[in-house]
Amino acid sequence: MAIAREAEPVSSLREVKEAGLDREDLLGVYRNMLITRAIEERGHILYKQGKIPGSFYTGRGNEAASVGVATAMGPDDVGTPLHRDMGVHVTRGVEPWRIFAQYMGRADGPTRGRDGNVHMADANLGLIAMVSHLPAMLPVAVGCALAFRIREERRVAVGWFGEGASARGDAHEAMTFAGVRKLPVVFVCDNNQWAYSTPTHLEFATEHVADRAQAYGFEGVVLDGNDVLAVYRETKRAIEAARSGGGPTLLECLTLRMEGHAVHDDAFYVPKDLFEEWAKVDPIERFRTWLLENAELSEDEEDEIQASVKKLLNDALHRAEESPLPDPASVTEGVFATPEELDTPHHK
Amino acid sequence: MAEKTYLQAISDGLRQEMRADKRVFVIGQDVGVYGGAFKVTLGFQEEFGPWRVIDAPLAETAIVGSCTGAAIMGMRPVAEMQFADFISCAWDHLVTVAAKQRYRAGTPVPITVRLPSGGGFSGGPFHSQNPESSFAHVAGLKVICPATPEDAKGLLAAAIQDPNPCLYFEHKHLYRRIKAEVPDERYTTPFGKARVHREGDDISVITWGAMVYAADEAAAQLDAEGVSIEILDLRTLIPWDKDAVLESASKTSKVLVLHEDTRTGGFGAEIAATIAEEGFEDLDAPVKRIAAPDSPVPFSPPLEKAFIPQVDDVVSGLRELAEY
Repeated sequence: MAIAREAEPVSSLREVKEAGLDREDLLGVYRNMLITRAIEERGHILYKQGKIPGSFYTGRGNEAASVGVATAMGPDDVGTPLHRDMGVHVTRGVEPWRIFAQYMGRADGPTRGRDGNVHMADANLGLIAMVSHLPAMLPVAVGCALAFRIREERRVAVGWFGEGASARGDAHEAMTFAGVRKLPVVFVCDNNQWAYSTPTHLEFATEHVADRAQAYGFEGVVLDGNDVLAVYRETKRAIEAARSGGGPTLLECLTLRMEGHAVHDDAFYVPKDLFEEWAKVDPIERFRTWLLENAELSEDEEDEIQASVKKLLNDALHRAEESPLPDPASVTEGVFATPEELDTPHHK
Repeated sequence: MAEKTYLQAISDGLRQEMRADKRVFVIGQDVGVYGGAFKVTLGFQEEFGPWRVIDAPLAETAIVGSCTGAAIMGMRPVAEMQFADFISCAWDHLVTVAAKQRYRAGTPVPITVRLPSGGGFSGGPFHSQNPESSFAHVAGLKVICPATPEDAKGLLAAAIQDPNPCLYFEHKHLYRRIKAEVPDERYTTPFGKARVHREGDDISVITWGAMVYAADEAAAQLDAEGVSIEILDLRTLIPWDKDAVLESASKTSKVLVLHEDTRTGGFGAEIAATIAEEGFEDLDAPVKRIAAPDSPVPFSPPLEKAFIPQVDDVVSGLRELAEY
């Protein structure tokens, strides 16, 4: 028996406008979803070419959830996106060439070769780099919200986790603390149904992850994670509630991880018909259809967007490949921060 | 200057930092209304309010993890673990998140975690540990172990002002037992500069925290026997004052490394190895270590006494070195 509210789909252009997006914004959302998928497709090719050390992770199928949430965030809001959330980095404005540089362990990636794959973030864009230990970033997001609450700033933190990570204590402690203090934080669960090879019924016993929110004293909402507009609208509501002192919300974006856990994993354990079923509701195809039916997306516009994305990524790849590998002599550089480094906008 | 207990010096230092910098806040279990399990933050909530002296749920992961988030957003959090032993519940947030964030992502994490540590009062296996070596092994964390009231205040201020995650081990056995003059004004004591607690010529004792006082009592006995002991209080383990240790070793040619933490993999091993590597030619005897045996901290008084290095143990060790 579900406890969480199940969100309705967004039907018309008028409804979207009421939620805060005009037609130009919608084309931007579409473009960001295309960039997100294209970065990961190009990354996959780079990996197969042997240009990416280590492993390679994608968020295929999660483009609506990641772009939708990030689109609802305000410029001064912050977040802790994870490895299925490339769309958050793209929407917040990271330049794709830096992502390719990160993938390839180059000196110009956001971690300067110190860390790999999606373990990155640009603090100037309000994002904090994830660690592998999921969901360790939830207490960190709660801490951002705590800072905003102490300083009485109208800012919100967004913390991401997966349905698999919901099993760990960090999630419980973060939500407990955020709940009792009504902190301005939105918890976003990317429920892609598989924690590596483990299905949801072996990860949690409630119907939805979002059902747990009630136990922490705030609202839980289950969303169609492949519907970018529904994700946007519900996130916007949750963020505005948090901003005005209403405390946290737990949003569960239901989707399917359309590839293996990482590039080495062929996901043989996922039933084929499940992939087929979810391929029919691919978030990008769905949003394109919606734009055609509701926002008169023209062929010219479509061509222009596709061409600009292609050019962006060609240029990005070229620039990333020109980025040098890090200097081995710098291996211990940056273990400790210097006092001058605290002289940054958000540290003042 | 006024005479203060070690505990009062910590409390005063923290209060001064909070008065001087509104970004500094305190979070922990029972730190607010109750004033902390050891009363370090007594009266703080009345002065600074409930959003700068935050009573947290019993959730060390949330406490330290949220300090990291708040620090990245520009605050200067000071977390209190009720006992240093409970830092195990926040291990991930220090070691996985805070320690590596600057190196990986270029984001400084200026947090201070206060850790009431050490035994000597039948606290048993979970209220008596000295886990400083575990963290000294993790790149990206600073490890601070004050022994005197003056240092307790100055090193805490330095930790709060430092742009990195700082673990501040305050020894519970010193809280009310040790009193000394402490400057009234706001000041910092620099990291990585050892303090000569006692000058001597024949044997160097390298130690920190409560063991400084065990060494001092032992040194007084040896002095009566005509052996002059130098005691070096490291003050901080990361960074540690290698130059001062090597200099003292060179001066006396005999070294005893003393700590309350267990022996194997204790920080004393790092010191002994460094002296062996870089000061071998100066030595007239093998470097000697005195530390707790490799067991959990026992509860019953005779067992605990057998566990924590006692003055008599130090005296015996020094005599062995003197006779070598």
